[in-house]
Amino acid sequence: MADKILKKLNIKVWRQNRASEKGKFETYTIENISTGSSFLEMLDILNNDLIEKGIDPIAFDHDCREGICGTCSLYINGRPHGPDTEITTCQLHMRKFKEGETIVIEPWRAKAFPVVKDLVVNRTAFDKILQAGGFISVNTGGVPDGNAIPVGYDDAEEAMDAAACIGCGACVAACKNSSAMLFVAAKVSHLAKLPQGKVEAKRRARNMIAKMDELGFGGCTNTGACEVECPKSISISNISRLNREYLVARFSE
Amino acid sequence: MSKFLTASIGKKFIMSITGIFLMMFILVHLTINLLLIFDDTGELFNKGAHFMATNPVIKIVEPLLGLGFMIHILWSFVISYQNWRARPIRYAKSNPGESSTWASRNMLILGALVLVFLVTHIINFFWIIKFAPDSMESINGTNMENTYKLVSELFIESIPYCIVYIIGAILLGLHLTHGFWSAFQTLGLNNKNWMKRLEWIAKIYAVIVAVGFSVIPLYFMLVK
Repeated sequence: MADKILKKLNIKVWRQNRASEKGKFETYTIENISTGSSFLEMLDILNNDLIEKGIDPIAFDHDCREGICGTCSLYINGRPHGPDTEITTCQLHMRKFKEGETIVIEPWRAKAFPVVKDLVVNRTAFDKILQAGGFISVNTGGVPDGNAIPVGYDDAEEAMDAAACIGCGACVAACKNSSAMLFVAAKVSHLAKLPQGKVEAKRRARNMIAKMDELGFGGCTNTGACEVECPKSISISNISRLNREYLVARFSE
Repeated sequence: MSKFLTASIGKKFIMSITGIFLMMFILVHLTINLLLIFDDTGELFNKGAHFMATNPVIKIVEPLLGLGFMIHILWSFVISYQNWRARPIRYAKSNPGESSTWASRNMLILGALVLVFLVTHIINFFWIIKFAPDSMESINGTNMENTYKLVSELFIESIPYCIVYIIGAILLGLHLTHGFWSAFQTLGLNNKNWMKRLEWIAKIYAVIVAVGFSVIPLYFMLVK
């Protein structure tokens, strides 16, 4: 069965040469896009057109194109990863758009995620938060037996649910405060639920929150937008766990 | 400790602790107020109001309450400003209604409107009862302010004031639909089982507050 063809679309996209320059919106027209193509394929086709016309192609992040690496971003028509739930932008299809529609594409907007070029933002802030405590220290010894440390089924499941975070930054993009709390909550939770993570739990919560604040992310006001827009549906109950971990760490000082 | 108070979670901790304190006050306030519609002589309400104004526990709690209000209000402006600065360039097209409730995104606006109402409310009642009592009454030999007369006359004589109080109650209710469960979430007293429960309790609590406080002006406006 052949997919329907969208004869004409207007793409209003953020263009910015480099971080230090001011950006602005440009609108391009694109024709004959199959509804079966992915959003990023549509951008590839648009970029081919632009190159033929001698215009600088639109820079955007992408890598695995199967929703697992967390590289793609894009704020499409007012929502991170576009108008669908539990997907990344690379999993978004053109069937979600209408004939003749103007699609607005913006980069993630946050002080902590400065624009590198066009739609590409610098997300090293997430790496810095992880470096502040999102790990366990195993300094010596051989590999322990897999079943030597018992882990309850529910704890393992919750840890795995939190570990599903791919660090794409949609939570920050969706949050009205540009807060990274869902990301930090996921990274703290997947370790907090496991015995191996308990050893450094207090130091981890303190250091990761301190780093998150230092990097210019906003605070959480529990709107829940992050959970809805998260491609992996990380629950905001993890944020409550992060608050608990942090308060326990602070009050036991 | 100073590090705690300047950290993002520390700031929210202050908001939720003061918020929970204010929510408990609202329940006490509503309970006493409902005495207005259960006794038309006003004796019951006057006794209740007199008790709340004179008992020693309240003498301690009253300044704390004032402090709670001040911290909750002033802190909210500081936090909102800091959160606002975390996004120097806003989105050109944003569709937040798809992922969060209006009340949760506009707690500052709702809170500010409740503050406007609160000031009106203090001028109408608290100030007069506390500093410029104009009508006294004697019940069982005790002299007390005739608070019933003050309240009932305002509502019976002025429909605009009735409407202001009803709007105030609804705004407060909307503020609490998010504020109630959010306070527990911030304190870490939430998990995936309690999430739905807390949201429901928040809705029930908010409806009780909004309807409870609206019933009083409605009663005087329609029945009296």
